Amino acid sequence: MKILVTVKRVPDTAAEKRLDPADKTLDRESVETILNPVDEYAVEEALRLKEQHGGEVVVLCMGPASALATVRKALSMGPDAAVHVHDDALHGSCAFNTAKVLQAAVRQVEPDIVVCGSESTDARTSLVPSALAEYLGWPGLTGAKQLEVDGSTIRVHRETENGYDVLEAEGPAVVSVVKGINEPRYPSFKGIMAAKSKPVTDYTLADLGVDPGEVGTAGATTEVVDFAPRPPRQAGQQVKDPGDGSAAVELAEFLAGHKFI
Amino acid sequence: MPPVLVLVEHEDGVTKKVTFEMLTKARDLGDPVAVFVGEGLEAAREGLARHGATAVYAAGGDHRLSGPLTGALAAAADRAEPAAVLVAATPLAKDAGARLAARKGWGMLADIVDLDGDLVATQNVFGGATTVRARVRTGTPVLAVKPNSFPVEEAPAEPELVDLEVAEAQEPVRVTDRVVQEEGGRPDVAEAEIVVSGGRGLQDPSNFALVEALADTLGAAVGASRAAVDAGWYPHQHQVGQTGKTVSPQLYVAVGISGAIQHRAGMQTSKTIVAVNKDADAPIFAISDFGVVGDLFKVIPRLTDEVAKRKG
Repeated sequence: MKILVTVKRVPDTAAEKRLDPADKTLDRESVETILNPVDEYAVEEALRLKEQHGGEVVVLCMGPASALATVRKALSMGPDAAVHVHDDALHGSCAFNTAKVLQAAVRQVEPDIVVCGSESTDARTSLVPSALAEYLGWPGLTGAKQLEVDGSTIRVHRETENGYDVLEAEGPAVVSVVKGINEPRYPSFKGIMAAKSKPVTDYTLADLGVDPGEVGTAGATTEVVDFAPRPPRQAGQQVKDPGDGSAAVELAEFLAGHKFI
Repeated sequence: MPPVLVLVEHEDGVTKKVTFEMLTKARDLGDPVAVFVGEGLEAAREGLARHGATAVYAAGGDHRLSGPLTGALAAAADRAEPAAVLVAATPLAKDAGARLAARKGWGMLADIVDLDGDLVATQNVFGGATTVRARVRTGTPVLAVKPNSFPVEEAPAEPELVDLEVAEAQEPVRVTDRVVQEEGGRPDVAEAEIVVSGGRGLQDPSNFALVEALADTLGAAVGASRAAVDAGWYPHQHQVGQTGKTVSPQLYVAVGISGAIQHRAGMQTSKTIVAVNKDADAPIFAISDFGVVGDLFKVIPRLTDEVAKRKG
């Protein structure tokens, strides 16, 4: 089976992120970037599907030319090849632009299943997998904490408030997986070396037949009006417990004063 | 006034509070129209009326699947031509909202915490470090509202009941089983007004019982830090933080959590934060309204007793 896994380059989790005042998009040049942590689970899940069913795993990344490092990082875990969509016109794309472009790339690759991370740790909208499924006209199985493929049937366990639902659909389908679905493998030294020579196909918008006016800042369906750093929280009252837990009385007093009890 | 669609969050007709928050807010923007999918309409109807729904659009189908939710929202939008569509910022409702926006060629904003009369929405991004005001440029705005963002006010109305005609497309996704793993009773961490979270300071998974006891006394949800979840002490759906859930309850109680940046990113927009930690230098204290430096094994049981006593 042909498994396509989407990955995104995001600012490092610990990095201080900021918006560029000029165009109000995320300033991606000023911070360290990494492979979106949730996508590591998606890559791992794709590799497991290949181990069970054979076939190949293709990485799909939409991001600037410099995101090639992220593509190589994903490849070092073990996928066979990658598709990298980059085009200056993509800068400032909204979730729906992104899903549209990914859709066009998915149609080029013609996979049996698309595996996505449930969200990226930068924007965290989690809208892309759903929009991608809708544009493709494929079933969307989002929020999977377990994934299995049985013939043409794709089955997931989707987390609910107090357990999970078992959902099924016939492939091809878009599946988004949550953190914790598996234990992502670390790239081996061999994997890192091999990743350098794995094939990466570059696509521009023209290659995919996408109108540049429909994507990027020009085609974004949403826009930032203004933004401001949130004032940092101030430390409030602090008490030291004498060792017998009696500070709990003061804490309860505080909670009562704020009408929580 | 233009209609504003509100997708009802419910479980067999038991309506979630976030729906009433959305109905309350929708009254500032137009005529709130509730969109109800699935079983339980009779049970839900009175609450929707009491919170100002001028109409209730009802559709059949499984409300646990985004397909029927999307179909109902699309049919409701065709009928009402709304000024905006509000859905809760839950995974399933966001799934449906995204598919609606994609289907219609509209824009959508996720996880909004405020909304003005011009439909400019406020979002807390980058773990609450930056406040963004954004708007939808294309089509009808679809807005996913974070629970606890708007107050609930009653405004009784007599809603017109409308059966939605949803095109009978074969739903490609089926639910084959539903598994309940935990006893119900505690609110969902993403929606709760009070969250009590435990971290590595608990030392052992069995000590989450202390957190649960305090949570139950306060009527709170139980959260967990990434370290506690990664150690296998508590299930992942309770994880609060950058790679877990972002919460902004009225009260957040951090028990034995040092407050790494990734954790703070998931909870620092909480209205009030209190922390109990033995390390006086723990970063959590820098953002806490009330901090207790002390042994949680002494402080938390005493606090639970104290809360129970005051609640009578």
